Amino acid sequence: MYAALWRLLPGPLWVRIIIATVLLAGVLTGLVLWVFPWAEQFTAPAEVTVGQS
Amino acid sequence: MVLEDGRRAARRRKRAGRRSMVVGVIGEVFVTGGVVVLLFLGWQLWFNNLVLSNSQQVEAVELQQSWDKGEGVAAVPLERADPGEPLVTAVPANAVNFGTLIVPRFGADYARPIAEGIGLEDVLNKRGVGHYPGTQMPGEVGNFALAAHRTGWGSPFIDVNKLQLGDSIYIETEDGWYRYVFRSLEYVAPTGVGVLDPVPQESGVTPTDRIITLTSCNPLNSVSERIIAYGVYDTWYPRSEGAPVEIAGLAQVQAAG
Repeated sequence: MYAALWRLLPGPLWVRIIIATVLLAGVLTGLVLWVFPWAEQFTAPAEVTVGQS
Repeated sequence: MVLEDGRRAARRRKRAGRRSMVVGVIGEVFVTGGVVVLLFLGWQLWFNNLVLSNSQQVEAVELQQSWDKGEGVAAVPLERADPGEPLVTAVPANAVNFGTLIVPRFGADYARPIAEGIGLEDVLNKRGVGHYPGTQMPGEVGNFALAAHRTGWGSPFIDVNKLQLGDSIYIETEDGWYRYVFRSLEYVAPTGVGVLDPVPQESGVTPTDRIITLTSCNPLNSVSERIIAYGVYDTWYPRSEGAPVEIAGLAQVQAAG
């Protein structure tokens, strides 16, 4: 999968490295900004109060 | 026959190649999934924790600045005339900030906003420290009870187990600074609501003391128990007099900022 993606990238090696880095940074940003805050609701809530059983 | 064998072998090679490609892609998807889960944990326990810790600190300083009218620069010594009965703030609406928590033991610049309510979504997962509705307000006779996360979400109470006898716990409100003195820790079950009684663990008794109670989870990264820290009211510093000398540095930074 990643090998195929790498072959899809155009240009010489250094251009491919730059494009791959930008893509990776974009994916990480998307994860941190949207995916992780959304996914947090599915983790067990950390109760810190007394009263819940 | 030879030709047929060669063709069959080529077909077999092609099929094997396709199969190994499918397995390879599935493997890469699994590995990617694992990396994303690890990234999520890192985000939740470290990155987002730092982000929230900072935003809570900023929110606390902004609150303090909104109350400060230049009094923060005066440093009031420990020995002084009795300031009299403390003013008691009216109970605010849910999720409204009404005070800040300042604990020198938690760090020289430690300050966190205190909001009314203990909802995870609206208070504890963002604001930091929440006040149990129905418990007393700062300076009031009875029990002023707070809750906050120990790990993650800014971890306001990560060092609650490091408090030592006599440590100051300050609550700043618009009216001034209330000084409580740490007395003891207690560990209870998640159902241990007795810690919220006006006299902690003494249901139905009329209070005469002013107590502060901090609750958080225990052990670290677990929710199986609750750690409880108790403090006893010592004195208060009306805003017109200035900040207590112990936290005057923090107050001056706010006044300058």
